[in-house]
Amino acid sequence: MQESQGLFEILILIMTRGLPTALALTFLSLLIGFLVGIGLALMRVYGPIELRWISSGYEKIFRGIPLLVLLFIFAIGLLRLFLWTGSLFNALFTASIFALALRSAAYQSEIFRGAIMSVDPGQMMAARSLGMTDYQATRKIILPQALRLSVPGWTNEYAVVIKDTSLVSAIGVPELIYHGMAFSWTYPALFLGIITVTSIIYFLFTYPVTKYVGESMTSKLRSLGLGGGR
Amino acid sequence: MVAVLEVRDIWKAYDTLEVLKGISFDVQKGEVKVIFGPSGSGKSTLLRVINMLTPPDKGEVFLCGQSLMDSKADLCKLRTRIGFVFQNFNLFAHLKAIDNVSIGPRLVLGMTKEEANDAAHRALEKVHMSNWSHHYPAQLSGGQQQRVGIARSIAMNPEVILFDEPTSALDPELIGEVLQVMLDLAQEGTTMVVVTHEMGFARAVSSEMIFMDKGVVVEKGTPQHFFQDAQSERAKHFLRKLEVLYGQSETEKT
Repeated sequence: MQESQGLFEILILIMTRGLPTALALTFLSLLIGFLVGIGLALMRVYGPIELRWISSGYEKIFRGIPLLVLLFIFAIGLLRLFLWTGSLFNALFTASIFALALRSAAYQSEIFRGAIMSVDPGQMMAARSLGMTDYQATRKIILPQALRLSVPGWTNEYAVVIKDTSLVSAIGVPELIYHGMAFSWTYPALFLGIITVTSIIYFLFTYPVTKYVGESMTSKLRSLGLGGGR
Repeated sequence: MVAVLEVRDIWKAYDTLEVLKGISFDVQKGEVKVIFGPSGSGKSTLLRVINMLTPPDKGEVFLCGQSLMDSKADLCKLRTRIGFVFQNFNLFAHLKAIDNVSIGPRLVLGMTKEEANDAAHRALEKVHMSNWSHHYPAQLSGGQQQRVGIARSIAMNPEVILFDEPTSALDPELIGEVLQVMLDLAQEGTTMVVVTHEMGFARAVSSEMIFMDKGVVVEKGTPQHFFQDAQSERAKHFLRKLEVLYGQSETEKT
């Protein structure tokens, strides 16, 4: 009884201290990865050869390095660059976001590139025939469709990133796993309970989201006649 | 008077395949030109060359005396004055019918939202699609989509509309509604260049027909000329084949 009471309190502590950090890492990494990824995808599809080369090189590099190594590079090797944030926690947190976001950008760029290229070429032709500039056509016609098409693939990236935030515990950013492990060192008997509940938390933030967003978007796409099994 | 369109000695090759080999013709205001010929004769490429969706290797296109090839010309601005109706409609899939039609006037012609919506409503009314303005393209039949496609062109109030086989992707029972809209437009004096095999349409409204084969203009003439007195063997042969395909009545009726 005493022990289960302790476990419950510990879990609450892990949740209140670790979950906001994990979610903030996920949200900010995906957001920055989204913006950089869109840029990379546009460079790759529409850019001149130099930009295409840069974009594809970026993707190859950031998809070819383990996230843990990226975290070490940013949080240990380049930590000085992040000390302007004021505290060690902030510096590590920012460095983690850089590593997560830049890696996610490489994968998101692939998702958006595929989506842009799967928009019917006739759409661009029609936009041009109305006298739209390529910029207008991309912004008003191609991207809105490409973004819708990319949502199902994008939920997969969300599922990857939210779980990969657990890796930042390795450089000492106190998120869910970091707190979980810290308590486990103190109370080894609770390890299985802690790790099980932590897993359930990740699951709850992953499965329902991907299922709901994926399904609602797939049916929306179908009603627009865009992909999703016409 | 300056011709609405002047097409001068257009050449176009894809790699080693010569698609267009020196095509020239003029389109005067109010004229309806019908271009026909076997598949692979370069008709669709020719239309896409006219508004520079496919720039030619050689030759020149003038819109009301202004060259579209001129490096100083604002191509986007010139394109607003040339409507284009596609074989596969190419409606913007993420936009409702009304927005498909109003986006051009709003985004490209710089109208306010209200003005653009008014223009779009008028255009949709003309093609009898007012009741469908809030449907997405995927919710419309092919014939309805093509009529929205025509509305999208006329809402820009262009000098000339190019039609690239507008009924070829349609089920037979849907062709009539699209042709009717095109007939109405022609009778209002809209300047049109139409690539089509609908000989009934050609006979009813075209001022001149152009028969193309293997990248060249083989024969030009009025519908009467073609149906009674075609000169070239290739044109006669092709018209006979259309007759077999669509039946005598199609080429006979007006």
